[in-house]
Amino acid sequence: MKWGVITPLLILLAIVFVVGMWSSRKLDKSEGFLSDYFLGSREFGGLLLAMTMVATYASASSFLGGPGAAYSIGFGWVLLAMTQVATGYFVLLILGKKFAIIARRYNAITFIDFLKERYKSTAVVLISAVSIIVFLFSAMAAQWVGGAYLIQSLTGVSYIGALFIFTIAVLIYVIVGGFRAVVVTDAVQGIIMLVGTLLLLVGVIIAGGGLSNLFADLTAINPNLISPFGADGNLTAAYVSSYWILVGVGVVALPQIAVRAMSYKDSKSMHRAILIGTVVVGTIMLSMHLIGVFARPIMPGIEVADQVIPLIALEVLPPWLAGILLAAPLAAIMSTVDSLLLMVSSSVVKDVYINYVKPDASIKQVKSVSMGVTAIVGIVAFLLAISPPDLLIFLNLFAIGGLESAFMWPMILGLYWKYANKSGALASMVTGLGSYIAIHYYNQAYGDLLGVHTVTVPVFLSLIVFVVFSLLFKEKAYEFPTQNIRKGA
Amino acid sequence: MKKNEKKQEWRFAVANKEALIGCGLVIINFVWWYGFAYGLGSKPPEEYTYVLGFPAWIFFSLILGTLVMFFLVFLVVKFLLTDIPLEDEEESNEEDEVMNL
Repeated sequence: MKWGVITPLLILLAIVFVVGMWSSRKLDKSEGFLSDYFLGSREFGGLLLAMTMVATYASASSFLGGPGAAYSIGFGWVLLAMTQVATGYFVLLILGKKFAIIARRYNAITFIDFLKERYKSTAVVLISAVSIIVFLFSAMAAQWVGGAYLIQSLTGVSYIGALFIFTIAVLIYVIVGGFRAVVVTDAVQGIIMLVGTLLLLVGVIIAGGGLSNLFADLTAINPNLISPFGADGNLTAAYVSSYWILVGVGVVALPQIAVRAMSYKDSKSMHRAILIGTVVVGTIMLSMHLIGVFARPIMPGIEVADQVIPLIALEVLPPWLAGILLAAPLAAIMSTVDSLLLMVSSSVVKDVYINYVKPDASIKQVKSVSMGVTAIVGIVAFLLAISPPDLLIFLNLFAIGGLESAFMWPMILGLYWKYANKSGALASMVTGLGSYIAIHYYNQAYGDLLGVHTVTVPVFLSLIVFVVFSLLFKEKAYEFPTQNIRKGA
Repeated sequence: MKKNEKKQEWRFAVANKEALIGCGLVIINFVWWYGFAYGLGSKPPEEYTYVLGFPAWIFFSLILGTLVMFFLVFLVVKFLLTDIPLEDEEESNEEDEVMNL
């Protein structure tokens, strides 16, 4: 047992636990349980909003898979990773104030509430709920695996043991505290990520003997490492650019991100969040991936890419500092998992159970069903993670691309195009999902179609289908209600 | 009701403008990122020039590009975004309640 490393991790878990408890006490006092448990009563300010978006988005792939890929592929992968800076400003500007205003009028608590009210179609709601449950669940299982690996490599306990610790820690504060606990701990974890990343970058540059030394060493290993085309020279400009859709602008359509775009208090919070979010996500992504590349000359020969960051941290820093730094990826994983967990259970409870199974459920029933479903989802993820699939990053990306293909246009056109209707939305979701899955398997078998990431073609296809079907089965132009729908009519 | 609708249009117009600003930022971001990366980085690595210890394409595209985006976002937040209420005002609801009666 490496206690120097474990102690800071335990402190992190303790902080998270305390925050969860504190939030649950607030939950007891609040009036609308659902809106508070799943949305924190729309009262988050700028810093919290920015941090929860960054922390939800920055996951195992940002701290383990991504830098690991940079380690083996070189600066081409750093270039690819920097497409993510856009997430900091794009989501909040595009969904923007219109989404916030409409969500209030609709009394929307989940992402699907918006789609339900906008398109008034059971099919749209059910397909959305199913895809959220399936895709986010697989994303979550991947994070679960990442979290357990990390705890394992730090503490030396067995994989199952690590998985168990991880599950308990996450479940306790999500079940007890709900969205508020998730957001507040996200903020704590976001700050840990930011500071930890910067310290590690400095440590790595010093250990490598300065920048000029590092670049000279990288060139000596393989000159392509410092080119934009990757170690083998086969990272094309088209492929790298297609990541602008996957991890740049497409992030708008991720339910766990979009739901945060309706949780803020006022315009000022949103403005601050745009600035803070951009700076934090830009700094973390740039630094983490630079660390990944610079680790190559310092510690050549790391075989499991996901272990680059833990190993380099233990190599270049004293153990206690490494412990604090490694709390960062753990924080990233936990903060992604908690949001996904809540998203999945809100889909089950709010979008399926209350909409279709038991519309007249009492508050007490809703409360116990919410917490019960959250617990069950967590436990199933634990069971699935026991014998995990190998490629963490790709499983995660599969889920992200699938959700983007499904929700991109129903979301954006629903907000901004008055002729968007349920036929268009339905056709677009089916096309997006179907073509994503088909192209995924095509790409695995024959190499990337058109040389771009899987998500690219489905996003364009689903746009065309959306517009065509909306016009083909034309309905009269949609007007948003001018006031809260409960007060009107 | 009329007044209410006008107010809605006004706030949505602000929101639409800000969404377009978001698109503008992404386009600038992409062009800068792509232009410097593949403009300066496409020659063989042995011929790279270095700026502040980094190969020029890495410095301009990744490091300076990120800082430029921070600055642009700062300018947008400071000068272009409008502070509008997100809640609907109470008085308009009263009007409607009278109408509903």
